[in-house]
Amino acid sequence: MLRFLLTRVSLVIPTFLGITALAFILIHLVPGDPVEVRVGERGIAPERHAQLLHEMGLDRPWWQQFLSYVGDVLQGDLGISLITHRPVLDEFLTLFPATLELSIVAVLFAVAIGLPAGVVAAVKRGSIFDHVVMGASLTGYSMPIFWWGLLLILTFSVQLHLTPVSGRISLEYFLEPVTGLMTIDALLSGEEGAFRSALRHLILPSIVLGTIPLAVIARMTRSSMLEVLNEDYIRTARAKGLSGRRVIGVHALRNALIPVVTVIGLQVGTLMGGAILTETIFSWPGIGKWLVESIGRRDYPALQGGVLLIASLVMSVNLLVDMLYGLLNPRIRHRR
Amino acid sequence: MNKRLLGAAAAAALALGFAAAAEAKTLVYCSEGSPENFNPQINTTGTSFDAAYPIFSRLVEFGPGSTEVIPGLAEKWDVSDDGLTYTFHLRKGVKFHSNKAFKPTRDFNADDVVATFNRMWKADDAYAKVSGGAYDYFNDMGMPDLLKAVEKVDDNTVKFSLNKPEAPFIANLAMDFAAIHSKEYMDAMLKAGTPEQVDQAPIGTGPWSLVDYQKDAVIRYKVNPDYFRGKQKIDNLVYAITPDATARMAKLQAGECQIAPYPNPADLQKLKADKNLQVMEQEGLNVGYLAFNVEKKPFDDKRVRQALNMAIDKDAIIKAVYQGAGKPAHNPIPPTIWSYNENIKAYPYDPKKAQEMLKEAGVTSLSTDLWYMPVQRPYNPDAKKIAELVQADLAKIGITAELKTFEWGEYRKRLQAGEHQMGLLGWTGDNGDPDNFMGVLLSCGSARPGGQNIAKWCNQDFTKLLDEARQTADQAKRTELYMKAQEIFHEEAPWFPIAHSVVYMPMSKKVSGYKVHPFGTHIFEGVDIEG
Repeated sequence: MLRFLLTRVSLVIPTFLGITALAFILIHLVPGDPVEVRVGERGIAPERHAQLLHEMGLDRPWWQQFLSYVGDVLQGDLGISLITHRPVLDEFLTLFPATLELSIVAVLFAVAIGLPAGVVAAVKRGSIFDHVVMGASLTGYSMPIFWWGLLLILTFSVQLHLTPVSGRISLEYFLEPVTGLMTIDALLSGEEGAFRSALRHLILPSIVLGTIPLAVIARMTRSSMLEVLNEDYIRTARAKGLSGRRVIGVHALRNALIPVVTVIGLQVGTLMGGAILTETIFSWPGIGKWLVESIGRRDYPALQGGVLLIASLVMSVNLLVDMLYGLLNPRIRHRR
Repeated sequence: MNKRLLGAAAAAALALGFAAAAEAKTLVYCSEGSPENFNPQINTTGTSFDAAYPIFSRLVEFGPGSTEVIPGLAEKWDVSDDGLTYTFHLRKGVKFHSNKAFKPTRDFNADDVVATFNRMWKADDAYAKVSGGAYDYFNDMGMPDLLKAVEKVDDNTVKFSLNKPEAPFIANLAMDFAAIHSKEYMDAMLKAGTPEQVDQAPIGTGPWSLVDYQKDAVIRYKVNPDYFRGKQKIDNLVYAITPDATARMAKLQAGECQIAPYPNPADLQKLKADKNLQVMEQEGLNVGYLAFNVEKKPFDDKRVRQALNMAIDKDAIIKAVYQGAGKPAHNPIPPTIWSYNENIKAYPYDPKKAQEMLKEAGVTSLSTDLWYMPVQRPYNPDAKKIAELVQADLAKIGITAELKTFEWGEYRKRLQAGEHQMGLLGWTGDNGDPDNFMGVLLSCGSARPGGQNIAKWCNQDFTKLLDEARQTADQAKRTELYMKAQEIFHEEAPWFPIAHSVVYMPMSKKVSGYKVHPFGTHIFEGVDIEG
């Protein structure tokens, strides 16, 4: 296990450098620059354009900008946003809890529904339930998030008045951000109705964001269960006279879960990268929307810093998943 | 009554305001984006200007829903006969806001005006480089070249000296970038080592003060009881940042906000039919046009240009591309600007007549290029579609047009260089002055390579009228001159003017007193809400 960890950790530095370089190159390949994109019909005098670029340090040769950036990052300085002039790290930390909260709830939703659905579909293979689950998951996977989200808003919020349209909490509540997670902050504030409001605001966005992971988890669970249910040891367990529930719940599921855990971990990584579309529709102030807007505004420090921070998160999550995988599957742990 | 355990005293006051629901009025505005910061001196986007507007005042301002200049922090002003000196007599007893970090010890006075302008103007000012130090509008409006001096005469009098007479100057001072800051606050923040707070947590003299900004989520303001035009009826102003247009309208319909801008044109029918909503509309301060490069044959012949004005179906374009959110244009300025000449009749859509005129001018077969921009602009929702429609209309009378485009920055540069034969472009007004359209876009001075007159049309009579109008501050005289200028424009037809886009503002029927501002800024002064 230790050797496994050490190998993985040693790959971190080159991975980071690679990601930073790739992000840097891609960002700078986009035509235009932060000054250019703000210029309207009037245009801008070439001298003034050059002067503004110079003040932002953007007229230095590429390799110099890159090395200077890497040097700063190693000292913990992720730069200042060209648009808001606030430190990039501050902006990220302000917005990240919103993405984290939404991702966690979305994954919980996806697992709570997807896992049992997949298990039952596998056990009752070929039945109507199985077909419904597979059909629904295919639909969920193919559905455009934007359309799905707006459909839910128009139905449940505007027509039926059951859920709020957007935002993280009702505007009457003005909470001091302690953790940044609205549900926790609402509880901490002790205000009547705040926690309930925060939860209500999470319903639609987490359903929308969790739809694709739900579909993936349901299918993955089903196929994994089917494989396991065909194994010899399951036949043995049944032959021994164990109840169906015990066979499935204890013997089959534990083994079937192994690839599913990997998938769940990967989904979390994807979601934490920022759910841009969901955040836009539901006015959820997270990092996905922030990053996309930074592209449009050519906010290079924000983009580079954001990509780097998200990459670190995803790498950490994947590392955790791999360790968890090792825990679940003794064969991996004891190999070699 | 709710007991709130919050650190910020201002927040507690706001909270009490919300709790006493019967008394405090709250207006929620669903804004379309997040501000860069709260200082209009360094902003360029309408979204940022909207966020700063409740907080600040200017020396002079635009009247509600109009482009006319009215007194602001200056009660009255005198212009010297030579047009070079503007003396502003400032209002007395105007109070600045306070916040957690600052409490003013004196009223607004001339020092604040001088400090505000020095930051934008003097490169060696202590604040010049703060928050990036790019004063785009101050520069774009030509202020560094125009201003000779900004001087305090006494506590209540400020004198602006210009290098040349420029009647539109007064309108420039009503623009967002000329918002007046508190010198005391600037000094205090500099001393505390946090000058950027002036831009993040601003202090102004406006009708509301900033309470809190939750990034990308909510902006909260509370009413300024000492506002010089009177305490506003709305106690709590809230901007709920909602980037998606459909979600914005959904919030409006669900009653979660009372005013929401920029609806999808496709939603307008539904919004107008909603019993709880009212939809205001007004032409934007803009014009979209197709320019003919008069330096390239046969566009140097005015008969050809007039013929082309009759060959293109403008109404079809407005219907198909603007989906009704546009009014056909035939003058170079929109109807919301004073001196708009209503007597001018548009060229009719008459392809047969057009063909005849072209034959008369000796143009039998013509192939030209037709440039369109790759981005959406306020005056043009889909340039490519317009270009295709124009191309089809021209084909009907035997003209082949080749469509061309470049990346936006490149496109603009090349049009300004005069590389095109026909090109689509437009303009959004800065200060509501007719010179800001006609002078910038059609004068001889702008026809140079790199200038904004992309028709490269230089008409001496036209330009002379504009020069005269710039020299005098007499609005009646200026109006006369601009009306004559529009007649010349119509006759010479350097453009095919297409449309002024229409701005729609849906809001709850409970809202009263809201006026659509021609410049696109969303202003809540004078607004009241029922219940």
